[in-house]
Amino acid sequence: MKTTSFFLLIATLAFLPVAHAADIIGVITLKGTPPAEKEITPMKDNPDCLAMYPGALPTTHFYVVGPKGEFADVVVDLKGITGQSTGANAPAAVLDQKGCLYTPTILAVQTGQKITVKNSDPCIHNVHSKPTADGNKEANDVQMAGGADLTYTFPKPEMFLKFQCDVHPWMFAWVSVFDSPYFCVSDKDGKFVIKNVPPGKYTVEANHRKLGTQTQDVEVKDADVTVNFTFEVK
Amino acid sequence: MDNNCDKKNNHWLHRFAMLTAVVTFFLLGIGGLVTSNEAGMSVPDWPTSLHRNMFLLPISEWTGGIFYEHTHRLLASGVGVLATILAIWIWLKDSRKWMKWLALAAFLGVVAQGVLGGLRVTMKMDSLGIFHGVVAQSFFVLTCAIALFTSRFWQNVAQASRLHPGEKFAGGTPALRSLRSHVLFVTILIFLQLILGATMRHQHAGLAISDFPLAHGKIWPDTSADAVARYNAERIETTNVNPITAFQIILQMVHRVAAFLILAGVAAAVWLAWKRLGGKDSLTKLALSWLALIFVQIALGAATIWTDKAADMATLHVLVGALSLVTGAFWCIIAFGRLGQMPESETAPLGAFGTFATNKP
Repeated sequence: MKTTSFFLLIATLAFLPVAHAADIIGVITLKGTPPAEKEITPMKDNPDCLAMYPGALPTTHFYVVGPKGEFADVVVDLKGITGQSTGANAPAAVLDQKGCLYTPTILAVQTGQKITVKNSDPCIHNVHSKPTADGNKEANDVQMAGGADLTYTFPKPEMFLKFQCDVHPWMFAWVSVFDSPYFCVSDKDGKFVIKNVPPGKYTVEANHRKLGTQTQDVEVKDADVTVNFTFEVK
Repeated sequence: MDNNCDKKNNHWLHRFAMLTAVVTFFLLGIGGLVTSNEAGMSVPDWPTSLHRNMFLLPISEWTGGIFYEHTHRLLASGVGVLATILAIWIWLKDSRKWMKWLALAAFLGVVAQGVLGGLRVTMKMDSLGIFHGVVAQSFFVLTCAIALFTSRFWQNVAQASRLHPGEKFAGGTPALRSLRSHVLFVTILIFLQLILGATMRHQHAGLAISDFPLAHGKIWPDTSADAVARYNAERIETTNVNPITAFQIILQMVHRVAAFLILAGVAAAVWLAWKRLGGKDSLTKLALSWLALIFVQIALGAATIWTDKAADMATLHVLVGALSLVTGAFWCIIAFGRLGQMPESETAPLGAFGTFATNKP
């Protein structure tokens, strides 16, 4: 009896911290009609890249919207949370150059977290990161076809830090860097989940590259919190 | 002792100077294409190219933006060689002391340009790109001026001014002098416009205003934070340009206003030249050519906007801008020459725009 009670107590204490953390979940939608995406016509001048698209050329994708307005590629984070980065121990995020395009276009990482940039194309790229935050260093490196992966880290938080290829000027990606693990990017269904948020009051930010930022205040207790955002094209 | 160049040497020297100026013009074009295609950073290292000797980079790797940047570097090396040969040739064979200094300036200019271009890449500084572009235009004017000063035409101008200082021109010396001041002012305005244009291009933000002759649908665009956010939201860019800012919009508006001021200034120069020098005077004809260039330049500026900053249009706009600057500079130089205010004697002190003693033939 005493042994059972002891183990029950241990189990309770072990799960106690996790039971108090909760997820912030939600859906992001877009109202209105966004500008039409454009075919990446500059690609026509580059035989290396054009060869990878025997049919139609790819288009831009600034506004990735589902049939019911589900809005993807919105970076969601908890505003003002600093000094809680676990980036040094986090697995590397991957940015790939494939089909002469960056994949993904919108990426979010922690400060100190490695970003591995791959060249999966049969042609030369240069990887040119252009941070604007003090403390984040600009880098510009050539990456040959089949060349070794390149690795970057950024020590300071920054929204939409640009990675670009100057050999192929239509190639760019936007990396947002946070000083905590509390962020995510909405998926093709417009859904987002910020996991394991400790109890407390927070301001949730939803950031879109073109449509700016929206915020909502939430309080996390024991259960998951739902917060939805609606962006509008005027 | 004859203070003029040996005639045969001068002829070939002049041809070489022309060659240097023409190749420099092509270099300006390639350099313009580098920026117009956002390729300035496509070769991350310098003076090597992709970690190889610049002159040994395989053609198979001249791909995409690398093609523009690498050919720019190769052609720049060629201009460096030409400018060096020209400087040595002038130093050895031209007896005019001021020409030797001009040739030295050209040599130092091309070296400085090479270093500026390299540092722009290695230090990743867009502001150096602006400086590099402006020095390029200035260097082009210098090479053209050297070609002019080694020409038979210039010898005739200098000769005429020595024999008949300031008397031979319709309207007389005061008329030409005041006209020269006007043209000098407009030429300086063109130079300032080029600096503005270089600053605009090196924002790497694409078109801050995408319509013409209106600006975001108005005569003067809204530059409030909300409006700028809307412009960025509406713009779908197919190249890696930076977001539009209010500063860039204002820069483009100032560029547009300056264009029309320049047009007015050059038109006035044509009218004044016609009135004071007569329609047959070579300076009047040069002013007319200048006016034609300005009209072409304004058309190219509009076309750059209407074609969503097509690289070829934007680059042609840069080149015609350079020709406009050279034309204004030539007009001023020739006017100075006619007024006997260019130093033609090897004993004349350095300085182009005062009055100098000349050796009598």
